[in-house]
Amino acid sequence: MIDTATASAFFTSGISQVIGALLFILLAPLVGGIITGLDRKITARMQGRVGPPVLQPFYDIKKLFEKEKMVVTTAENFWVFAYLVFIVISGMLLFANSDLLLVIFALTLAHVFLILGAYSTGSPYAHVGAERELIALMSVEPMIIVAAVGLYMVTGSFETYGIIVSSTAPILLIPCLFIGMVYILTVKLGKSPFDIATSHHAHQELVKGLTTEFSGSTLGMIEIAHLYELVFLLGFLFLFFGLAAPLIGIVVIAAVYLLEIFIDNAASRAKWQFVFKGCWAITLVLGFLNLFALYFVR
Amino acid sequence: MLDMLCFLILFPLIAALLMLILPNGNARDIIVKIAALITAAGSVYLFIETFGKGIRYVSIGNGTVDLIVFVAELVIALFIIAISLKFRKYIVTALGAIQLAFVLYLEYLMHSGVLPAAGELFADEFSMIMTLIIGLIGGIICVYSVGYMRGYHEMHKDVKDHRKLFFFLIFLFLSAMYGVVYSNNLVWLLMFWEITSLCSFLLIGYARDELSWNNAFRALMFNVLGGIAFSAAILYIVAVIGDFGYLFMDKLLASGSAVAIIPAALIGFAGLTKSAQYPFSSWLVGAMVAPTPVSALLHSSTMVKAGVYIIVRFAPIYEMTYTGMALSLVGGITFLIASAVAIGQSNAKKVLAYSTIANLGLVVACAGIGTEAAIWAAILLIIFHAVAKSLLFLSVGSVEHQKHSRDIEDMTGLISEMPKVSVMMLIGIAGMFLAPFGMLISKWAAIVAFIDAMKPFGAVYIMIIAFGSALTVFFWTKWMGKLIEVRHPKTPLAREATPQEMFSLYFLTTLTVLATIFFPLISYDLIIPYLESLGSAVPVLLSSGDIITMFIMTVTIVLLPLSMAYFSNGRTIKGQYMSGRPVDAELNFSGSLGRTMKTDISNYYIEEYFGEEKNCRYGIVISVLILAVLAAILVYTFTSGAVL
Repeated sequence: MIDTATASAFFTSGISQVIGALLFILLAPLVGGIITGLDRKITARMQGRVGPPVLQPFYDIKKLFEKEKMVVTTAENFWVFAYLVFIVISGMLLFANSDLLLVIFALTLAHVFLILGAYSTGSPYAHVGAERELIALMSVEPMIIVAAVGLYMVTGSFETYGIIVSSTAPILLIPCLFIGMVYILTVKLGKSPFDIATSHHAHQELVKGLTTEFSGSTLGMIEIAHLYELVFLLGFLFLFFGLAAPLIGIVVIAAVYLLEIFIDNAASRAKWQFVFKGCWAITLVLGFLNLFALYFVR
Repeated sequence: MLDMLCFLILFPLIAALLMLILPNGNARDIIVKIAALITAAGSVYLFIETFGKGIRYVSIGNGTVDLIVFVAELVIALFIIAISLKFRKYIVTALGAIQLAFVLYLEYLMHSGVLPAAGELFADEFSMIMTLIIGLIGGIICVYSVGYMRGYHEMHKDVKDHRKLFFFLIFLFLSAMYGVVYSNNLVWLLMFWEITSLCSFLLIGYARDELSWNNAFRALMFNVLGGIAFSAAILYIVAVIGDFGYLFMDKLLASGSAVAIIPAALIGFAGLTKSAQYPFSSWLVGAMVAPTPVSALLHSSTMVKAGVYIIVRFAPIYEMTYTGMALSLVGGITFLIASAVAIGQSNAKKVLAYSTIANLGLVVACAGIGTEAAIWAAILLIIFHAVAKSLLFLSVGSVEHQKHSRDIEDMTGLISEMPKVSVMMLIGIAGMFLAPFGMLISKWAAIVAFIDAMKPFGAVYIMIIAFGSALTVFFWTKWMGKLIEVRHPKTPLAREATPQEMFSLYFLTTLTVLATIFFPLISYDLIIPYLESLGSAVPVLLSSGDIITMFIMTVTIVLLPLSMAYFSNGRTIKGQYMSGRPVDAELNFSGSLGRTMKTDISNYYIEEYFGEEKNCRYGIVISVLILAVLAAILVYTFTSGAVL
C-alpha cells in the first residue's frame, strides 16, 4: 500500500531512528493512556456500568503522584524506577530500529527490575507476587524469542525497520506465531485468566501481589510503565503486518485487544500451573511447527 | 615466544614442586601469591607480545621430550590403576588398564616411525584468550585460596591438613592447562589432558572422607573414559590413517572432515566428558564437596574449559556433518535440562554447578554446529562464563565462611549484612543472564548462529535456547531477589571476608564489568582474527547499531544507582502490610492461645517440574540415545568412508 522503496529510504536514514525514539517517549503514554481508558470504558459497558471517563488513567496517575511518599524501604523506588526506565528504553529501541532480540532482552531486564523491587520490600505478599510474576515471565519468554526469530526468518532482518518494510506481511508466513503471541499477550497485559502476579480486578486472594507495598509515586511509576509497555506490545504485534498491510494490521490488533478485554471479563483467574504449562505448550506446538515449516517455504 | 610458552607451562610446574616442600605458614602463603602473580603477569605479557601476530608455532624437536611424555602417561595410568585398586573401584581400574594398554600399543606403533619435529607447541588468538582466562582467573583463585584454606581448616577441624598437596595440585593444574592450550602435538595434549583429570580427582577428594572419595572416583571414571576416547583418536590416526603428520592438530584440522571426522568425533566425546555434559554431568555436581576455590577453578578457568576448548578447536571439522550435530544436540539438551534442574536447587553451589553445565552445553551446541557465527558465540560464552562464574563461586565461598551455610534461603537479606559481597554477587549473577552483560550477548549470538544451522534442524535449536533462557531467568532472578529481600535492616559486618578474599572478589568484579564494556574489542581483535585464520569469510557478526544499543543500556545501568540519592529523601518509612499487626520486626505475629507464629518466606523451587532426579534421568536417557546414534554414524563412516 505504501511505496516500500520510499519507505525504506526513509527508514535507513539515521534521523528516522531519532524521530522514532522521540515519538515513542512522548506519545506512548498518551496513546497507552487513551487505550487503557477505552479499555476501562468497554469493560464497564460489558459489566452494565457507565464507566469512568476515557481520560481517567491520567487522573489516576496524577493523583498517585500527589500522595504521601510512603515506602517500606527506599530501595524499592530505585528498582521500580529502573523498571520504568528500561521499559521506556526497550520501547525506544523497538521504535528506533534496534535488533529485535536485544529489545526483548531489554524488556526482560525491565521486568527483572520490577520483580526485584517487590522482593526488596521483604513483604510476604509482595514476595508471592514476585515469584508469580517470575513464573509469568518464564512462561512468555520463549514465545517472544520464537516470534522474533520467525520475523527474522521471513524478512531477513532482526532490525525493526527492516521487518516493517518487508514487501509481504510476515503474518502470511507465520500465522501460528501471531496466534501464540496473542495468547501470551493476556499474560503480558496482566489480564484474567492469566493475571497471576497482580491484577486490576477486585477479586484478590493475594492482596495486590507484586504491587502490595507500592503506593503513591512508586505505584505511579509502575502505572506509567504499563502505558509504555502496552504501546510496546501493540507495536510488537504490528511487526507481523508491517507496511505491507498497515490498515489491516491496525484493525486486527484492535480486534485482538477487544478480545482480550472480553476474555478478561469472562474468565476467572487460572492457577499458575495452567498459565505456565499452557504458554509453554502453545509455544512448543505452534512455535515449533511454524518455524520448522518456514525452513521449507524459504 | 618459545620462552614464554615454555615458561608458562614450566613455571607453575616448578611452583607446584616448591609447594610440596614448603611448610604451612606465612612464608608459603606469600610465595603462593608471588607465584600466582608471576603466572598472571606472564600470561598478560605473552598476550601483549603475540597480540595481532596471528598463529605461531614452536618446535622443541627433541626425542627426550617425547620420552618424558610417554613416561608421564605411563605413570598416570599406573597411578590410576593403583589408587582405584586400593579403594576397590574396579570399574576405574578396568578403564585405567585399557588406557595403559592404549598408551603401550601407541608407543609400540610409534616406535617404528619417525615423528616429524615441527611445531609441537603453538599459539594463536584463541590460545591467547585461554591464556588470559587461565592466568588471570586461575591466578586470582590461587590468591583467594590462601585466605580461604586457612579458614577452611579452622572450620573443618576433622579434615586433615593437606595444604601442601593442595597448592601443589593447584599449580600443577594451571601448568597442565597451559599445556592443553598450547599443545599442537596431540600426544602431548593427551598427557596434559590426563594430568588435569588426575589433579581434579585429588582435589575433589581433598577432605578424604567417604563422600569425597566417591565423588572423586566418579569424576575420575568419566574423565578416564574421555581419556580413552582421546587415545583412541590418536590410535586411529597412527594405525588407520597411518600418517604421523596428522598427530599435529593444525594439519589434522586442515585436512577437513573427510580425513579427520572420526578422530574429531572421538576427541569431541572426550570433550563431553570433561565439560560435564549429560550423561557425564554428575561428576561436576559431585565435585562441589571440594573446598570452594577448587570448585571455582574447575568451573571457570580450568578442567571444564579444557573440554569445551578442544571441542571449539575441532568445530570447523564438525561443520555441516551429522557427527557435529549429534555432539551439538547433546550440548543443547544439556543446556535445557541442566537449566531446569537449577530451578529446583536451593544449595548455591549446586545452582552454580548446574548453571555451569548448562552454559557449557550451550558452548558445545554452538561448537558442534561449527559455522563462523557459532564459533564466535562459543568463544564469547567461554570468556564471559569464566569471569562471572569464578566471581560467583568465590563470593559464595566468602558468604559460607560468615553464615556457615551455602543455602540460598540463608542468604535472605544478605545485602544488609554483607553489602559489599552481596553487590558483587549481584553483579556476578547479572553477568550470567542479564542485558547488557556478556553472557546475554553470547546467547544472542547463539540464537543468530542457530537459525542457519543444519536446516531445518535450526528450529530445534531455537526452541532449545528459547526455553532454556526462560529457565535461566527464573533461577537467577529468584536468587537475586533473596539477596535483596530485607525484612528489617541489620548492621553491616565490619569485615566481610579476609583481605585476600576481598581483593580477589574486587578483581573479578572489575573483570566482569570490563569484559562487558570492552567486548566489541575482544570480538574485533581476538575472535574475528581467529575465525579468519580458519580460512573462510567471516560474516558481519556485530553491527555498529548493536554496539550502540548495548552501549545505551550499559550507560543507563551505570547511571541508575545515582537515582538512589533522590529516592532516599523525604520518604515516610512504614512496615510491611501483614493483614494485621506483626509483633516484631521479623514480621512474626500472635496466633491463637498467645503463641508467636513465625513468618517464613521461601522461594519457589517447583520440584514437581524441576526435580533433580527426574530431569537428570531424562537428560541421561536422551543424551545416551544421541551418543548411540553418534556411534552408529561413526561406524558407518568407518566402514563406508562417507562422511555423514
